[in-house]
Amino acid sequence: MNPDAAALRSRFRRKQGALLAPYGAWALLFIVVPLVFVAFYAFTDNSFTFTTEHIVRFFTAVSNADGREVRTYLLIFGRSLKLAVLSTLICLLLAYPMAYIMARAGARAQKVMMTLIMIPMWMNFLIRTYAWMTILQDTGILNGLLSALGLGRVHIIGTEGAVVIGMVYDYLPYMVLPIYSIMAKMDVRLIEAAHDLGCNAVSTLRRVIWPLSLPGVLSGITMVLIPSVSTFYISQKLGNGKFFLIGDAIEGQFVANNLHFAAAMAFILMVALLLCMTLMKYLTNRQAGTGGARA
Amino acid sequence: MKTASRVFTVLIFVFLFAPIVILLVFSFNDSKSLSVFTGFTLKWYRELLHDQTTLSSVRNTILLAVSAMAISTVMGTAASVGIHRLRSRWLRATLNTVTDIPMTNPDIITGISLMLMFVFAGRLLGLSQSLSFWTMLIAHVTFCLPYVILQVLPKLNQMDPALPEAAQDLGCTPLRAFFKVTIPEIMPGILTGAIMAFTMSLDDFVISYFTSGAGFQTLPIRIYSMTKKTVTPKMYALATIIFFVILALLIVSNLTDQDRAKARPLRQKRSD
Repeated sequence: MNPDAAALRSRFRRKQGALLAPYGAWALLFIVVPLVFVAFYAFTDNSFTFTTEHIVRFFTAVSNADGREVRTYLLIFGRSLKLAVLSTLICLLLAYPMAYIMARAGARAQKVMMTLIMIPMWMNFLIRTYAWMTILQDTGILNGLLSALGLGRVHIIGTEGAVVIGMVYDYLPYMVLPIYSIMAKMDVRLIEAAHDLGCNAVSTLRRVIWPLSLPGVLSGITMVLIPSVSTFYISQKLGNGKFFLIGDAIEGQFVANNLHFAAAMAFILMVALLLCMTLMKYLTNRQAGTGGARA
Repeated sequence: MKTASRVFTVLIFVFLFAPIVILLVFSFNDSKSLSVFTGFTLKWYRELLHDQTTLSSVRNTILLAVSAMAISTVMGTAASVGIHRLRSRWLRATLNTVTDIPMTNPDIITGISLMLMFVFAGRLLGLSQSLSFWTMLIAHVTFCLPYVILQVLPKLNQMDPALPEAAQDLGCTPLRAFFKVTIPEIMPGILTGAIMAFTMSLDDFVISYFTSGAGFQTLPIRIYSMTKKTVTPKMYALATIIFFVILALLIVSNLTDQDRAKARPLRQKRSD
């Protein structure tokens, strides 16, 4: 390369440094610094002096439920985790076969099904959730249908079941799409080879398809678990406000202008999710490693 | 097996579409009832067209989405080019990690974190109202940027680095080579990124909820306040209109996809 070209290149490199600068500054100022502010608010009181009272309150505040004392916020947090994990599992159980069917369908059918999966995703999630409220209400369509058939009525709205239905409905497409996109790229010959080598359908699924689809499953789980554990609208509408989730608690403190306690809960949620995700990535990497070796 | 999978597929789509169909049907219902259809009417649509608050929130949403899309697409494309050419592996890994944060963090935390910073800055500056259109725009650009970078960066990695070099050998200045060669090569990524940014901004409720000021309401926030009280079928009319707009957009984008798919073999041949 002649010296002129080298000079040109290094000048070009510097220009590209200038290209990166606005984003670098933006990311620092509006991604990193705000997270520091969460920690800062979580550990200060209204006059911005250091305190752990909000964190301590989260772990120790008690209230009465059904005549016995419970740790209010730990109970809420546990409930959020339970409902989110349950919804994620149901999504996985529904989405996995769906993604498999889609990936094995003809090119045209794949395209149509993709579009059909995406349409509800593009509808505003508030409207989707509200639609379920109108269906599940005591005077709603489901009960209208059931009593017209002479099957009596069911009371679903305001129960944990209703919240789970809402979460599954809202986030199911987020589970189908990543699994489908991995499965669509999967080499069919690997499955055929497994059959040729004597695997039956179940062991092909367990030893070939499942390990290969793990990256899609993992991103699907992330995309369902994170919004469901932190939601506040679904529980407000389908839980009738009776079911307090961690998102509701944060939102409630925000509305009441208790920003420091809201920040403390957001901080704890963030740390918990970070630990969760790291653990899951670690476990999947291990499983994918051994599964890949066996397959 | 074939029938089982067909039944399963149908059940999944019934589950996904039943609520939407119900909203659609009941937007034409004469009474406010949600379980009994009493007669056909268009009055809820008429009411919606006279609801100035909702109409102005639609305008706000589009204004915000277009601004957020424009800023995040330009800044994100520039950043992708910068990251692509970055030599320090450490710096690149750091930038990638930071870029992932808004996508993996729950929206409620992104919203709360930005809100806390805006409120604090507002206090320092002595503003009576620290949240406004501008804070919302900053928030939207922030969560749109990673989606743009995620679309553009792979296209840069796929591009043959000899192409811009060849353009320079043939007498282009680096800047001209960038606009004449690099940009057209990564254009599909830029366009997809821009569309994603636009739709993410359009659809966002949670982050907007925490960063919006009193004077500026977007459609999702308007829907939220509409569903706080008992809802009139006016909202179903709104949902129906949104549904058909989305349907039209998806069909159009699928059709243009097919055109592009037809054109692709030619392009592939050339790059082989």
